[in-house]
Amino acid sequence: MGGRVGVRAGAAPNIWKKLLALLAALPMLLGASEPKLVPDVSDTQIDIAYSFTGAELLLFGAILYPGGRAPAPDTDVAVVIKGPAEPVLVREKAKVAGIWVNHASARFRSVPSFYAVATSRPLDQLVSARTAAIYEIGIDNLLLSPASGSSADERARFESGLVDLKRRSGLYAEHVGAVSVRQGVLYRALVPIPARVPVGQYTAETYLIRNGHIVAAATRQIRVGKSGFERFVAQAASDYPLLYGLAAILISLLMGFAAASAFGRVRR
Amino acid sequence: MHLYLPIAGLSVNALVIVLLGGMVGVLSGMFGVGGGFLTTPLLIFYGVPPAVAVASSATQITGTSVSGVLAHSRRQGVDFRMGMVLVAGGAVGSFVGGFVFHLLQKTGQIDTIINLLYVALLGWIGIGMARESVRAVLATREGKPCPPVTTKRHRKWIAALPFRWRFYGAGLYISPIAPLLLGFVTGLLTVLMGVGGGFILVPGLLYLFGVSARVVVGTSLFQGLFVTATTTLVHAMTTHAVDLVLAGLLLIGSVTGAQIGSALVQKVRPERARMMLAVIVLAVAIRMALGLTWRPDAIYTVQLL
Repeated sequence: MGGRVGVRAGAAPNIWKKLLALLAALPMLLGASEPKLVPDVSDTQIDIAYSFTGAELLLFGAILYPGGRAPAPDTDVAVVIKGPAEPVLVREKAKVAGIWVNHASARFRSVPSFYAVATSRPLDQLVSARTAAIYEIGIDNLLLSPASGSSADERARFESGLVDLKRRSGLYAEHVGAVSVRQGVLYRALVPIPARVPVGQYTAETYLIRNGHIVAAATRQIRVGKSGFERFVAQAASDYPLLYGLAAILISLLMGFAAASAFGRVRR
Repeated sequence: MHLYLPIAGLSVNALVIVLLGGMVGVLSGMFGVGGGFLTTPLLIFYGVPPAVAVASSATQITGTSVSGVLAHSRRQGVDFRMGMVLVAGGAVGSFVGGFVFHLLQKTGQIDTIINLLYVALLGWIGIGMARESVRAVLATREGKPCPPVTTKRHRKWIAALPFRWRFYGAGLYISPIAPLLLGFVTGLLTVLMGVGGGFILVPGLLYLFGVSARVVVGTSLFQGLFVTATTTLVHAMTTHAVDLVLAGLLLIGSVTGAQIGSALVQKVRPERARMMLAVIVLAVAIRMALGLTWRPDAIYTVQLL
């Protein structure tokens, strides 16, 4: 059989060369022999209850190599967690007549309410700047879609102000080295979720990176929601504002009465 | 012990909030002020969003005022007729205030306006009280009788208003329009600043109208009770910023503190007590004035659209 192939190869060497080149390029085109990601996450649902002081999200998984190939040792993983995007108005304070007042503002159409990236290596060693920008890996690569028609450097000023604010409140974070990849097969990332985390649908994107290229990606959904009493209160406040207000008044009146009568009895 | 506040959206140390409420409650019991002027800035300082701080401290003042009103009405310390007029003005004021609040929130100047109002009002009242109480303390030290607080019982513009009513508890025969206006201004400020208005009403009734001192605190608390209740409702329906958990924690502290305060006030000489309050009021005013001129930590602020 080998002989026959050899004969054919000899007969048409050009075709063979082209075919070989195509085969070599196939994995890049189809991703067939590139590794696959099997991601998982410790919680697909984060409940904010009365004692919520933040959570730690464990993202882990395996890297599958097709055809039983040996795992590549220089494999890197980046995990990006994004909260629901929201339109915001950013205000800038300036000193006017001796006091600090809001004087300028800029709108952004879609600002992730939460953004955390965990990587196995420093960002600049991980992927090219262009790839990082495309996949929004790194806080500086976030696309905030400014909506006001102001100049470029004014936009940049507001953007850095917004990002700095989010960073300080812990809602934007980069965790370099928070992902560990074991023997190119297993990875795990531990991402802290702060207490002030906004509620909504989150996405956790895992990227497999080799030689500065993203070779595989997988997405998991995580829901962050208030639960139990907290959920009830928040829902009542927005759905039944009149009843909620009346209940608040009633509670405060009752507590006032209770304290007055309790102390009155003690004194008597 | 950490507790998550469902509306404010953050986790706080419950003990700190209860203690804050307690401290404010003691002041409230001692001086008849709701204490909102302390709660609101301290809550904002703790990281609670300003709108939530203002709305929830109004809820707290309602509860604190109840025990005060009960105590005062037992010894005829409330002029209910005057109180109702003030409440009527206050109700209108708080609805107008809700509208103004919304407007200022849209233009982004609410924080500055709140701060400026605090500095102006607290500074003015603090200086007035400090002068008066220092004079009184000096006089008692020299063994002289306490100089009477000089109040004009007949102001031209008040006397010029039509429809005079007789207010028996207050010992006045004046047009209800004057207290109606005072109530309106108080209601407006209650919504904007999250204060009960006691620190405006008490001097207003005392120095502007010359209401007899016996009913000033009780009547002011009576008005504060209704106006803060209205304010809570207005905030619940417009800004959705009333946090029941936060208000509850503050209430636990303040209703207890109010009772302790009202027992304590009988052991302290009144002019000393007034001087203490003056110092606290001035300290808050100075801190807020400095806060306006210092470079803020956050030049940028974010508002959800």
